[in-house]
Amino acid sequence: MAAISREEVAHLARLSRIEMTDAELDHLASEMGLILDSVSKVQAVADQDIPPTSHAIAMQNVMRPDVVVPSLTNEETLSGAPAREEDRFKVPQILGEE
Amino acid sequence: MALNYDQALEKYEPTLGLEVHVELNTNSKMFCGCATEFGASPNTQTCPVCLGLPGSLPVVNAKAIESSIRIGLALNCSITPFSRFARKNYFYPDMPKNFQTSQYDEPICVNGYLDVTIDTDEGPKVYRVDIERVHMEEDTGKSLHVGGATGRIHGAEHSLLDYNRAGIPLVEIVTRIIPGTDKYAPEVARAYVAELRDILRSLGVSDVKMEQGSLRCDANLSISPRNSGTLGTRSETKNVNSLRSVERAVRGEIIRQANRLESGERIIQETRHFQEESGETRSGRSKETAEDYRYFPEPDLLPIVADPAWVEELRVALPVKPSIRRKKLQEAWGVPDKEMAAMINAELLDTVEETVALGAEPTKARSWWLGEVSRLANEKSVEPTSLIQPSEIAEIIALIAAGELTDKLARQVVEGVINGEGNPSMVIEKRGLKVVSDDSSLMVAIEAAIASQPETAEKVRSGNIPAAGALIGAVMKATGGQADAAKVRELLLKHLGQA
Repeated sequence: MAAISREEVAHLARLSRIEMTDAELDHLASEMGLILDSVSKVQAVADQDIPPTSHAIAMQNVMRPDVVVPSLTNEETLSGAPAREEDRFKVPQILGEE
Repeated sequence: MALNYDQALEKYEPTLGLEVHVELNTNSKMFCGCATEFGASPNTQTCPVCLGLPGSLPVVNAKAIESSIRIGLALNCSITPFSRFARKNYFYPDMPKNFQTSQYDEPICVNGYLDVTIDTDEGPKVYRVDIERVHMEEDTGKSLHVGGATGRIHGAEHSLLDYNRAGIPLVEIVTRIIPGTDKYAPEVARAYVAELRDILRSLGVSDVKMEQGSLRCDANLSISPRNSGTLGTRSETKNVNSLRSVERAVRGEIIRQANRLESGERIIQETRHFQEESGETRSGRSKETAEDYRYFPEPDLLPIVADPAWVEELRVALPVKPSIRRKKLQEAWGVPDKEMAAMINAELLDTVEETVALGAEPTKARSWWLGEVSRLANEKSVEPTSLIQPSEIAEIIALIAAGELTDKLARQVVEGVINGEGNPSMVIEKRGLKVVSDDSSLMVAIEAAIASQPETAEKVRSGNIPAAGALIGAVMKATGGQADAAKVRELLLKHLGQA
């Protein structure tokens, strides 16, 4: 019983701009299906008395005061950039011609 | 033939909703301590958190939470007892993390409203704009598109990213559908954004500068055939960066959509960009493929549980609502509705108030700011307040009242201050603009005028008072406009035996 279809995996890959071969899509669909199956087992056990959990530890209101701390320099910021121009990150074409 | 606005409204009803994004004026960013100053050199207000580097962890800015709650309270919202951040996933280089930290199903404020008044054919009418939610998120980086014909994203060869703005606290205020606006949809949209801006300004939570992008409006608009009881497909117009543009964008979209439907085409659900020059909108990314954000709770940020006692403290400390403040000012100044509206529309109410607070008479303060200063500002295409200070206008008004300047001289003083010649007293000193009020020097000029126009002088002597105008003119000319014309007239008539 596959909880996620091959098409759905292909869709997610497209959204994430990850190129995948047919073999990879097949493999991931079954693997992600297994993960979802496992999660649904947890869901079956969790009853009304267990609230959904988004965080491992139940904490709240952790904040910082509105104080400026030094940033990285421009050089440091761009040090990992694959390409740069005019002190900015250079990225490939975003949209093609209309 | 293309439908115009009135024809479009005869056949179709518009449905309007608005989303406003406001950049908070905190010192540091939403989730890290980087500075938020506008105009810094590119990528110098960035750190591992706002660049989304692996292993970095965000921590929320307490001041941003406080500002968001205050905005919600000022908009009559409920503050939710439990609020969480969520990741909005999308692949686009304006967010280096590949997601924007936002709020999804658990926003910090919900269910508010804002009343706005507009002029209709039947007189002033109040529209209640219901606020669905106020949520917190972060701003994106700025893109510069290189290559291609117009610097637009379409056809650009590559793009350059500056992440100084990425992570600046942003609050999004979303209205429900605003019912019954009909042909007034453009005016209601404008009035809502104007009123919202005034409220945000009074709260001191944002610079609210539309032209700098610290306040941005997206207009959601659809139309449907009259009495059809259905809703049409909506478009979302972005890039609307002035109050006037809000009105124009809504109007333009109504006309565009009506004409599309008339010619048998369908409306596509999409993002459109307002074009300042033409007043039209242009297609952006198509929403039909773009909207798949896969929101999920942000695991790196903890939920916000606002203490009710704190919320009450913030509620009690809210400033007076701008609408109430305006009413009080109008009463105190005794200004007619029309003049009040002119000050508000020109965005000079605060400035006039400041000038009055410095001792100027309200009608004088109003007429200088809306008259001479606005005229000069228009010529230079700048804001009136960037040219001259309220204190300087107050000083000039005081000098006129004391008889040391005439209106004409005062205009020269204003011009001098604007040209950077210093404060009013320095300009008066440098240009020698004092009113000539000592009688003996005026008499010299009067006698000279009589000597050069003996026939005119004779007419006045024989009782033709209006003829004195030419002589007064000559004296004013001789004194470089620095004499008080009433005083000249008095002395002249006396000299010629007519007073």
